Amino acid sequence: MATTGEEHAGGLQIHPMDQFVVKPLIGDGPIQWYTPTNVTLWMGIAVLALIALMVLSTRRRAIVPSRGQSVAELFYGFIYKMVDDVAGHEGVKFFPYVMTLFMFVFLSNMLGLIPMSFSTTSHIAVTAVLAAMVFLTVTLVGLYRKGIGFLGMFWVSSAPLILRPVLALIEVISYFVRPLSHSIRLGGNLMAGHAVIKVFAGFAGAMGVFSVVPIAAITAIYGLELLVAAVQAYVFTILTCVYLRDAVGEAHH
Amino acid sequence: MSTEAVVEGAASLCVNEHGGAIGMPQLCADWMPNQIFWLLVTLVVIYFVLAKIALPRIGAVLADRKSTITNDLAAAEELKQKAVAAEKAYNDALANARTEAAKIVAQAKAEIQKDLDAATAKADTEISAKAAESEKSIAAIRDGAAAAVAEVAKDVAGEIVAALGGGADAKAVQAAVTARLKG
Repeated sequence: MATTGEEHAGGLQIHPMDQFVVKPLIGDGPIQWYTPTNVTLWMGIAVLALIALMVLSTRRRAIVPSRGQSVAELFYGFIYKMVDDVAGHEGVKFFPYVMTLFMFVFLSNMLGLIPMSFSTTSHIAVTAVLAAMVFLTVTLVGLYRKGIGFLGMFWVSSAPLILRPVLALIEVISYFVRPLSHSIRLGGNLMAGHAVIKVFAGFAGAMGVFSVVPIAAITAIYGLELLVAAVQAYVFTILTCVYLRDAVGEAHH
Repeated sequence: MSTEAVVEGAASLCVNEHGGAIGMPQLCADWMPNQIFWLLVTLVVIYFVLAKIALPRIGAVLADRKSTITNDLAAAEELKQKAVAAEKAYNDALANARTEAAKIVAQAKAEIQKDLDAATAKADTEISAKAAESEKSIAAIRDGAAAAVAEVAKDVAGEIVAALGGGADAKAVQAAVTARLKG
């Protein structure tokens, strides 16, 4: 969005990270926690897209669905089945929660692929909050439902007794690394893809006739990024379900 | 965009004097409270839109559709059973009609046979009566013919004897002819 580096005439001026800059919508003032920024704008657009997709398209409640209603039902069925299959039958209580995460990540990823848009899910601050919410939910629900028995999942009872303390240490570390990998996987994928597209776009501006090559590359990467946007939303959600199973499901060690 | 204002007003360490990013904007701590605040607002809005409106509605539609399909399938099954029963009744009626028809045909055949037998017997008696009558007539005609032959033979014999110059009396000739005819 902000390619204000044009004053530097000559030379290859590529600013792949400028697209991630957070800016106030009005004026140039400092960014307080309440300032309406481009983050606000694109999250708001995601909410509007969600309302259009999940509420407006289903307003007729048709037995034979329209196209929009079919898509909404598809999302519903897809996530419902995922929660039911992966998190277990007890996890279905968390279906609206999981659905919220999936729809937000999916719509933000997709909206981020609109040229000149701002992709909110490419920011660690956003994905880290999402992952921390999942981590806290899983930990608190697990402790509430299973009490001290929740810690039993670190004690691999199927392993030989000598190995169990070592495995417990590994399990504890991996448990606390979860939110980190959970958030960086999503944010990193989004950021890398957008930055690569921007770099190729910078090449295209400097190569004259030969810019068809980077433009073709951008087209290909864009297709890949569409896949990444959908797959990362899916991965984030299914991992959420996997973690939820630790909290609500039967022990599976 | 006047970039000077950003630098002077915002005093941000995350953008340069042109509004471009310094390093990774993802790591700019100045922006994080803003992002986190709006993210939480967004998530709460999405959660309520989904949990209060969209998901119950879609769930109800799906359940509705499922029950409609189940009911329709049950109704179809019932209709199918009815169709099977109707077909069975039709086949039964058809089989009954067939046996009835066969019975009637057999009865008609027996009656016809009886009439036929009676007529045949009557015709046979008439034929044998006629044959007996005819035999009688034939026997009468044969007897008549034999008598006529004897008469003619006597006359012819008498004439022949006379023609040969014999003066045989008629009685002797006749006796001789009669004897010959018997022999």
